[in-house]
Amino acid sequence: MTETSSPRIVIVGAGPAGIRAAATLVEAGLQPVVIDEGHRAGGQIYRLPPDGFIRTPEQLYGSEAAKARALHELFDRLAKEGRLIHCAASSVIAMHEGRLHVLGESGVQVTSYDRLILATGASDRVAPVPGWQNAGVYSLGAAQIALKAQGVALGRRIVLIGSGPLLTLVGAQLVKAGADVAAVLDTSSWRQQMRGLWGLAARPVVALRGLALRARLGRRYHAGVTLERIEADEQGVAALCWRDAGGRQCHTSCDMIGMGWHLRAETHLADLAGCAFGYDEQWQQWLPKTDEMGRAGNGVYLAGDGLRLLGADGAEIAGRLAAAACLADLGYQAPVASADLRKRARVERFARGLARAFPWPAAMVRALPDEAIVCRCESVSVAAVREGADLGSGEANRVKSLSRVGMGRCQGRYCQLGAVELIAAQAGCAPDAVGRFRGQAPVRPAPIGAFLREG
Amino acid sequence: MNTAGRIVRLAERDRAEVHFFLDGEMRAALAGDTVLTATLASGHALRWSEFGPERRAGFCLMGACQDCWLWQEEGPRLRACSTPVTEGMRLRTTPPESWP
Repeated sequence: MTETSSPRIVIVGAGPAGIRAAATLVEAGLQPVVIDEGHRAGGQIYRLPPDGFIRTPEQLYGSEAAKARALHELFDRLAKEGRLIHCAASSVIAMHEGRLHVLGESGVQVTSYDRLILATGASDRVAPVPGWQNAGVYSLGAAQIALKAQGVALGRRIVLIGSGPLLTLVGAQLVKAGADVAAVLDTSSWRQQMRGLWGLAARPVVALRGLALRARLGRRYHAGVTLERIEADEQGVAALCWRDAGGRQCHTSCDMIGMGWHLRAETHLADLAGCAFGYDEQWQQWLPKTDEMGRAGNGVYLAGDGLRLLGADGAEIAGRLAAAACLADLGYQAPVASADLRKRARVERFARGLARAFPWPAAMVRALPDEAIVCRCESVSVAAVREGADLGSGEANRVKSLSRVGMGRCQGRYCQLGAVELIAAQAGCAPDAVGRFRGQAPVRPAPIGAFLREG
Repeated sequence: MNTAGRIVRLAERDRAEVHFFLDGEMRAALAGDTVLTATLASGHALRWSEFGPERRAGFCLMGACQDCWLWQEEGPRLRACSTPVTEGMRLRTTPPESWP
């Protein structure tokens, strides 16, 4: 096939899923366009520091260094050889009838596609804690990005809170790098964590590596805690009040708090692309629906954590599968998928074990005091969301209109799940009955000037 | 290495120094710092919340939450977490009083 008649395939995201999807398409003789917000490929998990930084992949990515190095080298080689087109530091902010609106340094460009592979990843799933609006409260991912991409800690005395693999990993990485980590507080009890064992046993090496990291935290780690409030002074965070598993009141001084309860799939673009969604009981969030290869219909394919939260290894597999589906649909020879599907089944069993062991803290959110802030963007309180739920008959988008929760500049990424939990509690129903906030373009704030230059 | 601000530099300390201006005052940072790292190396927050009494210092560091907005002296906002600091950059923690 000549280049001019080749179908135009656009991949959004250059993390493990996007890179594997791109490489699979290149192998079939296609030249995909890869649009990514990062300055360099790798995604969040294999994020590269800027030029001039000297730590090795072993120092940056630990046991995952070989995987990170392989992905970086592969992508850089394909980009250098001109076998893919890399649009770095660019965000897809809207899409309409097969065309993407891409915000880059030179404004908004419109680009068309025949097929679209969305590999948009995930961000921290956060839950409101009273006082979390103060300076010095960050997501766990932020603490890790600061360390990996900048070589810094975001505070002098750190407390990490939440649950999930990242809680232990970030704690261990910060301790190893020499940061002062005062406490690592897991809202999941040991008993709850044991419930994930069957799933976690699907990848014993990974599970044991997690336990080894946990051991490095020593007496800093506490399971089954109850988080009460974050105290602040004029400089920001000053302390965390919490209770241990035995109910003992604790007060830990700190100037930085990292929080996260595992991950939340980034699905705004899948929503704008018209994908169907379903509520996943185990992940306790809305996820897009596809077939087993990642086909979402209408020429759209999904891969990586933006589809299912399977982690970096699962994302590499999903990237290959989505590209294979895309090739097959276009009439190209597609690589055989059976081995990848088997591997993914194992990764998925493990991931479901994680979801079970480190659940979303529903009871904590439902018990929040009225004055706590749910939406950090616009300081919408728990009381306002509860009032909205009373007036809006417990439907997510009506409560959004009434209370402005989810309307701020993060567009609900960090408040949606907390808000839905509160609405469900108020309306006396399950979170899936509340519905999900509709995605709106632009999915990132864009300066008006970016659109003016377009014309 | 503790800085005057919130940031503790744990690695990658041997980089060239660059200078930028925050609210008219010259500040030092290291080449390769983001605006967020550079600003928090000499302070504890980036800006005031428009909706509450507290200050803000960023939240997600991956360009998703928009908590780390700062203003350039010429008016446009930038995301401190995903913008590299450059020599001579002029930034504000509050919006400019008059728009160009």
